[in-house]
Amino acid sequence: MSTAEITPPPKATPPKATPPKATPPKATPPKATPPKATPPKATPPEKIEPPVPAFEKSYIDQITNKFTDDVEVGYIKENRTRINVKKEKIIDVAKFIKDNTPFDHAESVTGVDFPEDKEIGLIYHLGSYTDSTYSKQVLALATRVPREENPNPGNDSTKLPSLRDMFYSVEFHEREIFEMLGVYFEGHPDNRRLLLPEDWADLPPLRKDFKNKGR
Amino acid sequence: MAEQVIPTNQMPPGLQVENVDDRIMTLNVGPQHPGSGHMRIIVKIDGDYIVDADPDPGYVHRGEEKMAESRNYITNIPHLERPVIHDSCNILYPYVLGVEELVGIEVSERAKYVRVIAAELNRCIYIQYWLAIYGIFLGHSTMFMWPAGDRELLIDLMEKITGARVTHAYFIPGGVRNDIPANFEDVCLRQVNYFEKRIKEYADIFYDNPILKARTEDTGVLSREDAIRLGTTGSVLRASGVDYDLRIKEPYDVYDELDVHTNVLKSGDSYARSKIPWLDMLESCNIIRQALEKMPKSGSIRTKLKPNPKGQIGEVYRRVESGRGSAGCHIISDGKIEPYRLKLSVSSFRNLIALPYLLKGEKLGNMPAVYWSLNYWPVEADR
Repeated sequence: MSTAEITPPPKATPPKATPPKATPPKATPPKATPPKATPPKATPPEKIEPPVPAFEKSYIDQITNKFTDDVEVGYIKENRTRINVKKEKIIDVAKFIKDNTPFDHAESVTGVDFPEDKEIGLIYHLGSYTDSTYSKQVLALATRVPREENPNPGNDSTKLPSLRDMFYSVEFHEREIFEMLGVYFEGHPDNRRLLLPEDWADLPPLRKDFKNKGR
Repeated sequence: MAEQVIPTNQMPPGLQVENVDDRIMTLNVGPQHPGSGHMRIIVKIDGDYIVDADPDPGYVHRGEEKMAESRNYITNIPHLERPVIHDSCNILYPYVLGVEELVGIEVSERAKYVRVIAAELNRCIYIQYWLAIYGIFLGHSTMFMWPAGDRELLIDLMEKITGARVTHAYFIPGGVRNDIPANFEDVCLRQVNYFEKRIKEYADIFYDNPILKARTEDTGVLSREDAIRLGTTGSVLRASGVDYDLRIKEPYDVYDELDVHTNVLKSGDSYARSKIPWLDMLESCNIIRQALEKMPKSGSIRTKLKPNPKGQIGEVYRRVESGRGSAGCHIISDGKIEPYRLKLSVSSFRNLIALPYLLKGEKLGNMPAVYWSLNYWPVEADR
């Protein structure tokens, strides 16, 4: 199962330098000039293209200027941007986005379990139907909530205010995340099960400690 | 009024207390209805009028997202198309595009055209199936037979390309699985032309039929503002007057080289929602003809991928326009050979939120016309 790196982005920790030399000379030599001048491994894909897309940056700046300390930029790529928000400020930021930018609906909400960090990540993907210049843009609004070892969905600290008042379309997505990851959404009128059976009494199944049988 | 015996916070999971009103009757529609797929709608009716509707999906929940976390990027392909086997190319499309972006692999020009042709054929196959069920929902048996028969033409084409009638698993990161057969262009052109001639006849028996119009026009009206606010997508959105089609707004593969038109209707009722997919099929025929003409006649169809490719650390969110609307795939990778988390953002799930709004105030007899006009596929919503 020795898997050679696919188009090896020069990782900061290259312990197994042997596989790359087996591959025929690829596009690696041109950008091999400063190999060890990059010790900070802040963002592992190191080929960050210097020109940050201007249009995307403009609306991200609008948000970061308003919330300087509570918001950090995840990435600004072409058509895709991400901002990480503290969970206390998620309502304020969402309200600001709804009122001051053309983003008018949430098309997806992803919940991710991070057991090592003892946190659960939530990523709201926002899009715009009304402004055609924004129709390619997807803004990922991400936050993290604390995670408990023995979850008691609804009655533990894994809580987040619901964004339903700002982005109505998150209603079913938040219900799904409540049952799949155990994140309780305060202010959501209808925190019932959606997909799982009514008598499900196991762990929330999309947490990493819920193991697939036979895997 | 029923007294609440157990406090809400001490009840076993899933149990709910419901107050009973003498006027209101509760009806369970589904989950075993032979046409609805496996989905239940809990309808509350006052006389003949629906006062509340509560969709209850989940009867065919398969845990696709959980399964994807323990399989590598290639072995995920066959099970990720299972949510919509009739539209398997389109539901797989965003995943394949996302993996290509994560792994960093280029796709040849010919493979892109083959993908577009397969995706458009699949779109027609799906819509024909959906239309057949819409016909039988409204008691129009001919409209069940015709699309179910005509889609065989396109299924034969897909079988020629992929070897399978419905579950193709045809798209892979780097291109498509195998090349199209030698004389495929001629056969495809002939069948698509005939298919287009056939579906134009549907207008005579179905879309211009006064009985159908009486049953669907002005039922379940979704205003433009609500369609945007509820985050609907695809045919539901475009029937309410919002011009948003990802093939035009965010072209993927070679859609920007083709002349694609989108269909928008303004009325937002069940009739408009049922007509948009039919217009989409006619547009798909145009796209297929253009793609057949512009496709490079030879060349690679598959960029070789190393075994067990690893995604670079990061995340990617790609979306395409499927037969029902936007299909999105959000992949989070931690540098291993399998995704750390994979989320399918599918249109059926997104459009379901509109159902309670559309049904409130409708007559119970209009429920099938409204429900199936949402272009809803229960298995896709459950994943």
